[in-house]
Amino acid sequence: MSKTKILDEGKGELLGWHDPDENREWVLEHKSRELKDKRMTPKEAVAQFVKDGSFIASGGFGHIRVSMSVIYEMIRQKKRHLVMAGKTAVHDLDILIGSGVVDRVEVAYCFGHELRGLSPAGRRAVETGRCKVVAETSNAGYQWRFLAGMMGVPFIPTRNLLGTDTFKHSSAKVIEDPFSGKPICLVPAAYPDVAFIHTHRCDMHGNAQIDGIIIEDFELARCARTLIVTTEEIIDNDKIRNEPWKTTIPFFYVDAVVEMPYGSHPCQMPYLYFFDEDHIGAWLKMSKSEEGVKEYFDKYVYGVNDFEEYLEVAGGIKMLNRLKRVENLREQMTAPWMKRSE
Amino acid sequence: MAKEMKYTEPELLACTASRILENKKSVFVGTGLPMIAAMLAQKTHAPELFIIFEAGGLGPQMPVLPISVGDSRTFHRAVAASSMHDVMSASQSGYVDFGFLGAAQLDPYGNINTTMIGPYEEHKTRLPGSGGANDVGSFSQRTIIIMRQDKRKFVEKVDFLTTPGYLSGPGAREKAGLPKNTGPYRVITQLGVYGFNPDTKRMYLISLHRGVNLEDAKANSSFAFEVSDKLEVTEPPTEKEVRILHEEIDPVGIVLRK
Repeated sequence: MSKTKILDEGKGELLGWHDPDENREWVLEHKSRELKDKRMTPKEAVAQFVKDGSFIASGGFGHIRVSMSVIYEMIRQKKRHLVMAGKTAVHDLDILIGSGVVDRVEVAYCFGHELRGLSPAGRRAVETGRCKVVAETSNAGYQWRFLAGMMGVPFIPTRNLLGTDTFKHSSAKVIEDPFSGKPICLVPAAYPDVAFIHTHRCDMHGNAQIDGIIIEDFELARCARTLIVTTEEIIDNDKIRNEPWKTTIPFFYVDAVVEMPYGSHPCQMPYLYFFDEDHIGAWLKMSKSEEGVKEYFDKYVYGVNDFEEYLEVAGGIKMLNRLKRVENLREQMTAPWMKRSE
Repeated sequence: MAKEMKYTEPELLACTASRILENKKSVFVGTGLPMIAAMLAQKTHAPELFIIFEAGGLGPQMPVLPISVGDSRTFHRAVAASSMHDVMSASQSGYVDFGFLGAAQLDPYGNINTTMIGPYEEHKTRLPGSGGANDVGSFSQRTIIIMRQDKRKFVEKVDFLTTPGYLSGPGAREKAGLPKNTGPYRVITQLGVYGFNPDTKRMYLISLHRGVNLEDAKANSSFAFEVSDKLEVTEPPTEKEVRILHEEIDPVGIVLRK
């Protein structure tokens, strides 16, 4: 039999990969199959599961359906040297870098805010070396790292990344496909130490429903070694069982359940509330300087005890009601960044 | 003769891009001008254009311009709200006719840089990276690039090859293992529209926008490009298109700032 020939190898750091058998042992030892009550506060979840140096991944889409209560809590608890999966990382990553929690990242999409422009805090950190890019990949590249992890296989063959510098700085390899004989890219499995995913509703065991697009959360929920599910609303287990086809994440993947209404603010929660563009715009403006960054975190994280107090400081019910109207197309959006000239 | 329409640069780019899209085809779009162009095509010549978003929105009827490719507007009245794995798999399997990308730098083979300006190790000017661009550029049957052109952006060699165009030339995509018969199709800039020579896989100019000279286009590129024998003048935006852009697609001026 001929030996598999590696045609090319990326030189990016291989983050969060484990031998599939080693991961099975880890699952056997750490993941309970018991339908138990997993409810806890963000404070408890972060203290128990997020360790300095952890490889973390945020669900949703960077500024859409993000577990902001967990993110602010990691900042408040001054977690350090976290490595983040930069799979369309937007506001989530920006404030985690700005606050000094994350200092390494594997990049698919980072340091930008889509239409709002580039991230002053994230770019400053990466351009001064305070935050290090350990590997490059693409969105599908990251997505399929999670898929391989979820499947319990060491890699997934793909046809992207090929021929580019993105590949050269990735952790992928190219081999000759034994079936077609063509070069094929192998993206390695990823098993984040901790993932946090915000959902529309969930029972106390962690059976969770997501309305709208799932993005990468089907795969991320299943490959993460520890999963914190945050939710707008805790519902009865009966409601889950009445419509089981709506369960995107079943309980046995879930380690903690955190109920947090408006828990994605200032990011969007589809069907419920729009982006708080005033808040995100203020962050983008303040984060142009280190003093502004400090001022932001003093006000919104260190100056309050928890996420509910943060919501009050950020504008309270009046602000939240407006975001609900904008999301439901009953009021037009406005944003400070729209006023700037081209 | 019709009176001379006044229009802005983003309006011109959006209208020009929109006309390249075809009815009853699928298009994978990114944030900003690509979204606007696709929405405009739907409201004009291509009502059955099937719009696809990387985060899972399939065939939406967008009420207003989304500000993100994962925003809830990208699956408003969609035929499906699915997932990135689903969308990327469909792309890899050949279901995407047009892909729509931007670029910070572009080389004559349509290779795109959106990762960084300057040497990689120095990390001097960091940009967001591939996002879904490498995937779109790898999988789409025909990729359209919208960007501003100048000597720093149209370069002989990109500082970082984020997304594959025709790589080093004819046959290079296939040799690298990328799907067959895919690659860049058009490049739309503020000065003109470029295509790719099927033999050399290099860019060539196919039309100049109204009021632009060939010298302007050449002066704003660091590489030499061929010019079509049948060099055309791009059809300028119509009053109707500009009205749709402002009244129906981006009324608050998210991209088409007033």
